[in-house]
Amino acid sequence: MGVALAIVIIVIGSVVFHLLSPWWWTPIATNWGFMDDMISFTFWITGIVYVVILLFVAYCVYKFQYREGRVAAYEPENTKLEIWLTILTSLGVVALLAPGLFVWFQFVNVPEEATEVEVVGQQWSWSFRLPGADGKLGTADNRLISEDNILGINPKDPYGQDDIIIDGYDLHLAVGRPVKMLLRSVDVLHNFYVPEFRAKMDMVPGMITYFWMEPTRIGTYDVLCAELCGVGHGYMGGTVLIDTDDDYDLWISEQTTFAEMTTNTGIEFTKLVEDP
Amino acid sequence: MVETKNTSPPSVPPAEVDEVELYHAKSFWTKYVFSQDAKVIAIQYSGVAIAIGLVALVLSSLIRLQLGFPEMFDFITPETYYQFVTMHGMIMVVYLLTALFLGGFGNYLIPLMIGARDMSFPYVNMLSFWIYFLAVLVLVGSFFVPGGPTGAGWTLYPPQAILSGTPGGKGLGIILMLVSLALFIVGFTMGGLNYVVTVLQGRTRGMTMMRLPLTVWGIFTATVLALLAFPALLVATVMMLFDRLLETSFFMPSLVEFGDQLSYGGGSPILFQHLFWFFGHPEVYIVALPAFGIVSDLISTHARKNIFGYRMMVWAIVGIGALSFIVWAHHMYVSGMHPYFGFFFATTTLIIAVPTALKVYNWILTLWNGNIHLNTPMLFSLGFIVTFLNGGLTGLFLGNVIVDIPLSDTMFVVAHFHMVMGVAPILVVFGAIYHWYPKISGRMLDERLGKIHFWVTFVGSYLIFFPMHYIGLVGVPRRYPELGDAAFIPDSVATLNSFISLAAFIVGIAQILFLYNLFWSLRKGRPSGPNPWRATTLEWQTPHTPPAHGNFGPELPLVYRWPYDYSVPGASEDFLAQNDPGPLDSESST
Repeated sequence: MGVALAIVIIVIGSVVFHLLSPWWWTPIATNWGFMDDMISFTFWITGIVYVVILLFVAYCVYKFQYREGRVAAYEPENTKLEIWLTILTSLGVVALLAPGLFVWFQFVNVPEEATEVEVVGQQWSWSFRLPGADGKLGTADNRLISEDNILGINPKDPYGQDDIIIDGYDLHLAVGRPVKMLLRSVDVLHNFYVPEFRAKMDMVPGMITYFWMEPTRIGTYDVLCAELCGVGHGYMGGTVLIDTDDDYDLWISEQTTFAEMTTNTGIEFTKLVEDP
Repeated sequence: MVETKNTSPPSVPPAEVDEVELYHAKSFWTKYVFSQDAKVIAIQYSGVAIAIGLVALVLSSLIRLQLGFPEMFDFITPETYYQFVTMHGMIMVVYLLTALFLGGFGNYLIPLMIGARDMSFPYVNMLSFWIYFLAVLVLVGSFFVPGGPTGAGWTLYPPQAILSGTPGGKGLGIILMLVSLALFIVGFTMGGLNYVVTVLQGRTRGMTMMRLPLTVWGIFTATVLALLAFPALLVATVMMLFDRLLETSFFMPSLVEFGDQLSYGGGSPILFQHLFWFFGHPEVYIVALPAFGIVSDLISTHARKNIFGYRMMVWAIVGIGALSFIVWAHHMYVSGMHPYFGFFFATTTLIIAVPTALKVYNWILTLWNGNIHLNTPMLFSLGFIVTFLNGGLTGLFLGNVIVDIPLSDTMFVVAHFHMVMGVAPILVVFGAIYHWYPKISGRMLDERLGKIHFWVTFVGSYLIFFPMHYIGLVGVPRRYPELGDAAFIPDSVATLNSFISLAAFIVGIAQILFLYNLFWSLRKGRPSGPNPWRATTLEWQTPHTPPAHGNFGPELPLVYRWPYDYSVPGASEDFLAQNDPGPLDSESST
């Protein structure tokens, strides 16, 4: 009796905790609302399975608890029941998987109109690069990184000259304009993680990873690192702002390009970085 | 529906090979220290695994001290925090659970349950333990070297694992970790070959594969997985050692560390992740399959009812084992691997849910119409069903690639894997110890202490890990020594963290009860007799308790039936031992 009751209490307690929990995801700021829907949907399916199975266990424990003289049944197999259970479970799995893969296809196929934004991670800070007027990012390589070229941009690549470099400042994005986030690392693995964006991806030195999204809500959001990157991992903060179109255009007009940075040398360069 | 029992011929086939004489120890040293008896080796394995497991338990308390009460303890810095997290994870997964299930339970139970006198290669078996012991010593040694142990996370992802931004990365910490892992794998391979060969070759007459107890099926399949999976980790550790010591670039691309161009170039960090998880995912089942097997036997014995769907259970174990080799990259959905991998690995991962769910159904259907003794082993089995079901269902979130994207690298993942491969298997370990202790020692563990131990451990663990999922839902990343001041994290998360920590301390302290029970009962426990649970399997039918060297006296037992003949209609007792010719055979022959 006590054990069955304990299981029932665990079931009810878990459901009540779930329903009353103040701990829930932050309001979303991108087009990936489907991820939230899919989590809710998975909670429903798995929650029902959890409750039904555990209540059945509680019933069995209550009903068939040891009693002197009771004789257990002898039933090694029941093929029909086992087939039915297999079919039902498979259906549940398909119901979860099919919509998930459908949206995964959208997630990995970047729309044509998405503009590129590069995020560069290093121990333990973030830098950003935006394509300039030509709309294209120049190539870059960790081998080219030096004091004058902190992101390793290829100086011989004409596309790179007008790239806008943001180091030590916040990234701005325009609401409603889809972006392809290109992710690069200078040293170790990092992960560009903004909880409100839902999407995230590791940054791996030696390759360029990506995800895409469309910002949908104006605001200021914290950037965190979500892939262990050494002792500073928990403190690798940053900020990204989603602006209105006008605010964004104003902001971008005030930024420094790669060409402007490299034509200034020595002391002037340092000054520029500190005071753009 | 009695076919299962009668599909095998009722008569026992004649012996085809003569018995080989066993090695007999002559001195104290060869009997108890450098022993070749699987039962002694099992105790040695278990003792060392539990001892190092206690270190991991202390480390987990230190982790919870920091998370529950940040900035209160000066000795916990980000460096030490990452060291605690790394060593806790590595010890629990490899040095405790793998060693205990395979080296401990495997060694003790395989020969006894299949009716063998010992493992097939006793000398290699002895070497296996001592190399494992050496691996543990090297691991412990890394706590005492300058710079301390590695803090790279138990996944040891390069490049950070061997760079200066990570504790132990440029010191001896990471080197000793890799050497210890390599040693562990060498030792394990010796033991593992032994377990597989013994199950295939050493079964007594009449013990067909489809008459093996599910415990043996679980351990056997897990060992096959381990023999195929650990080599991938061995390769990865050797390559990383070369990267660290010889500056090769297997996993190291060109990179700039704190402004310095390093000489590495051309390597792939993702290659390491593939090797690691090619080992790492089967590893989950290396821990889970023995637990599945053992809990099947515990439930059947203590519910006095045959396991429901034995053949399905066997094929589910084998099927899960096979599938576990093609799901590994679900740990890497956000790693930057080719995104189309997501389609394949999400599909295989969710397919594995089907045989796993069938196992859960069959455990429960075994309870149905049983006669359930709610003793300590049964309580732990029920606790396993609750926590495993919980952890299995959250696996459906994380296996489904699009749902994993927002949840990966958050505390949701931490809660999930602790529930499914931490709490659930450890509850089975406890249940198994309460179940087999009488055979090992000849005395019962104290039932009252056992029940207190169960309730505190089970309810406490649930209170730790169930709410932790919701911290992950908020978006709190894992492997953060403190929450920081990010705006999306409400203050109430800190309160919840303190609560979780308190629950963790209580669960940790409750384990003292268990240790006390283990030692107290060794001398003061109630004598158990040979078969206190009235169980069917061969280990309970030995002429001596604890079983003597050679296990079975002059004649090996002959096996007439499957291991689940509980409450057979018409039988005089409510169980028929596997070596009991029984009344049914005479009936079926007429």
